Amino acid sequence: MAKDILQKPGAFFDQFDRKGGAQKTTHYCPGCGHGNAHKLIAEAIDDMGLQDRAVFVSPVGCSVFAYYYFDMGNIQAAHGRAPAVGTGVKRTRPNSIVISYQGDGDLASIGSAEILHAANRGEQMAVFFINNAIYGMTGGQMAATSLIGQKTTTSPYGRTVENEGYPMQMAEIMATLRAPVFVQRCHLADSKGIMDTRKAVRKAIKNQAEGKGFSFVEILSPCPTGWKMSTHDACEYIKTNMLPIFPAKVFKDESETREPFFREIPTLTDEQVIKALELGMLGEPQPRDEKFLKNFTTMKYKFAGFGGQGVLTAGVILAATAMQENLQVSWIPSYGPEMRGGTANCSVVLSKDPIGSPLVVKPDVLAVMNDPSLDTFENDLKPGGLLIVNSSIIARKTKRTDIDTLYIPLTDIASKMGLTAAANMVLLGAYLEYTKLLPLEHLKLIAPRGLKRKELADKNVEAVEAGAKWVRENITAKKTKAPAPVA
Amino acid sequence: MELIKANEAVVKAAILAGCTQYYGYPITPASEVAMASAKYLPKVGGTFLQAESEVAAINMVYGASGAGARVMTASSGPGISLKQEGVSYMAASELPCVIVDVMRAGPGLGNIWPEQGDWNQVVHGGGHGNYKVIVLTPNCAQEMCDLTILAFELAEKYRTPVYLLTDAYIGQMMEPVNFPKERVKPARKDWALYADADSHKNLVSSIFMSTGGLEEHNIHLQEKYAEIEKNEVRYQEVMVEDADLVMIGYGFISRMLLSVTEILREEGYKVGLLRPITAFPFCSKRLEELAGQGKTFLDVELSNGQMLRDVRLAVGKDATVHFYNRMGGIVPSVEELTNVARGYLK
Ligand SMILES: Cc1ncc(C[n+]2csc(CCOP(=O)(O)OP(=O)(O)O)c2C)c(N)n1
Ligand code: SF4
Repeated sequence: MAKDILQKPGAFFDQFDRKGGAQKTTHYCPGCGHGNAHKLIAEAIDDMGLQDRAVFVSPVGCSVFAYYYFDMGNIQAAHGRAPAVGTGVKRTRPNSIVISYQGDGDLASIGSAEILHAANRGEQMAVFFINNAIYGMTGGQMAATSLIGQKTTTSPYGRTVENEGYPMQMAEIMATLRAPVFVQRCHLADSKGIMDTRKAVRKAIKNQAEGKGFSFVEILSPCPTGWKMSTHDACEYIKTNMLPIFPAKVFKDESETREPFFREIPTLTDEQVIKALELGMLGEPQPRDEKFLKNFTTMKYKFAGFGGQGVLTAGVILAATAMQENLQVSWIPSYGPEMRGGTANCSVVLSKDPIGSPLVVKPDVLAVMNDPSLDTFENDLKPGGLLIVNSSIIARKTKRTDIDTLYIPLTDIASKMGLTAAANMVLLGAYLEYTKLLPLEHLKLIAPRGLKRKELADKNVEAVEAGAKWVRENITAKKTKAPAPVA
Repeated sequence: MELIKANEAVVKAAILAGCTQYYGYPITPASEVAMASAKYLPKVGGTFLQAESEVAAINMVYGASGAGARVMTASSGPGISLKQEGVSYMAASELPCVIVDVMRAGPGLGNIWPEQGDWNQVVHGGGHGNYKVIVLTPNCAQEMCDLTILAFELAEKYRTPVYLLTDAYIGQMMEPVNFPKERVKPARKDWALYADADSHKNLVSSIFMSTGGLEEHNIHLQEKYAEIEKNEVRYQEVMVEDADLVMIGYGFISRMLLSVTEILREEGYKVGLLRPITAFPFCSKRLEELAGQGKTFLDVELSNGQMLRDVRLAVGKDATVHFYNRMGGIVPSVEELTNVARGYLK
């Protein structure tokens, strides 16, 4: 075996304390390919001076104990998940050199999704895929890469195409993806194979250090124990049986031409973070007086209409306006089975006390923008409550006689202004002018918030004013007591 | 003060808590957490990555946490089921992270409406092995912020995954939220992998092969959980002192029970509300105390009684515990719950 030509690299521990005792031998079987693959990787890391930056992701399989040997950052992944774990490491520490090392059960079966997607994202990592066509650790079971006819403990009569399909050719699959920069298959069956592997390993690691992207090196590796062969026969088996199915070659190499990419992590000041999070858009509350808050009785609202009429926004704007008075507020859209009658609706509660259920079943104020909304919620309104009907769209009158009703051509007023979508702001303007519950000025302050286009923001304020004007011109006396008058 | 959707409050709070990484797979009703993360994390130099599955996502979280990041993921029932392997690994490797579970109705694909059927798989550990995780149950947007920040602190303090267990309704709500004005700058962890000389000897792993090594690790974990139970129990009480009937509910249900309490108190009934804020550690001692005072309990849940078992265990077999539940995405009305509670007060 050619392993004698290799020196113990510095990125290897001198003795394997993590293995227990002061051992100098690995846990691998004699003739196993893992040891050689380890040494090639450690040597490359060493030679390139990357030891401090290297993070080795060990898989589940015979190489689960790779951290016994590699003197570098180590993280042990769940079976098949090494590329996902490596992704998390690399994204967090772009400066790291991530080595993802996996067997065929790990990579080609249980972790097939993780490897495919890490490759497809072009994660900046080096993946070493030890293909020994068998599950070594768990007792020689069949792998996705086992050969047709190969006898294993779970294919005792030999793998058949009919039962298990064909050996999975991972390097070929990887090479079909656009993102990987370098894909090669090599083997450890003889000195030439080992030297080729050595070069491939170095290229993969160098690519990462140079920000070239995702490299994939498949290494055909002997498992004399699993194959029940001598070391010599195992190496011969690779050459005569595996190589015809798994040709050793470079499938893709764009190492020279690929533009380097290094992920930068900027540092932001607290102010920059607060700004990025769009905090502070409502400004500070401007409460009128304590008496107002003390005398406030809880108000419950339902705004309903069809999508696009802005009923959800109407609720949000009312809630935000009430926050200016330091009121407790809650807003919740119709959701789940409670969505009825093809309408969108939301519940708003304003209170001076902590709000229990934010769901409004029996509102004090019901605003309906279309017919189905009136039909659905008309009977839910509390006796003595206020119903606001968008008379531009709803032709009929309410059957209720125990409530106060305003019929306002909300959509027409908004259209006349040139912004039909602002009917919801007309609604709020009219409501506050009618009830004086909250200052119109606050509403005018809040209504345009969050709107980036100035003309849109102005139109919203105009709509609020138009609603208020309509009430001033058309409603002379209130038919019933308005809810929660200002003290 | 902001008026903000609770699901979005989580993300902004997480960023202010120093979270820089989000890995997740979309699922209703947790997608809003992902979408807000996708919007804001890149703006503050963080990473948002939509993973190929919840399995991959939690393992990316594992990697990021191992590399020392404050990291978060969010999902709902079916996705949480898939994450369990990774959560077990993280608990075992003592890696901090925050997982938001915006519960939907199950089992199976179920539907996307609110339920509380994940209590068992989250509070009692749905993954393999002898582990527990801290579970916080916010019931308003402000708590979605505050408990997110707390979650990151506790996760690091105890080196454990921490769940925010919430539901579709809480997540959808908009309420005022007061955010902190500064971003937390987490200290360097001596166990994490920073890809530098000072950390290159570190090992993140959950495998213990030496004789007795795993037992020792298990004992260490149990001691940690005992410490958490000693220090971190949180709950809220509303008019419990003189109450004959103590209603118990968490998350959205606790909001409805608050309304029920108000209505029944106005009618002159002595009723109160006990709301667990931490599901693990659970307020068992307090419940035991209240049972000792001869109080009767009404446990209300959107599940088949998953929390009820913990309540019964805490109050003992002599206490009377009534139970009312809805399942499959049906949320009871305040009126319905008021009638149920009133029935036990006559
Ligand atoms: C979820 C899960 N399923 C199954 C196992 C058991 N298991 C451990 S290693 C392994 C296969 C190892 O084979 P391979 O990846 O080819 O590595 P090798 O041992 O051959 O190096 C299996 C099935 C596990 N640890 N976790
Ligand atoms: S079982 Fe096979 S892969 Fe595992 S150590 Fe032995 S020879 Fe190597």
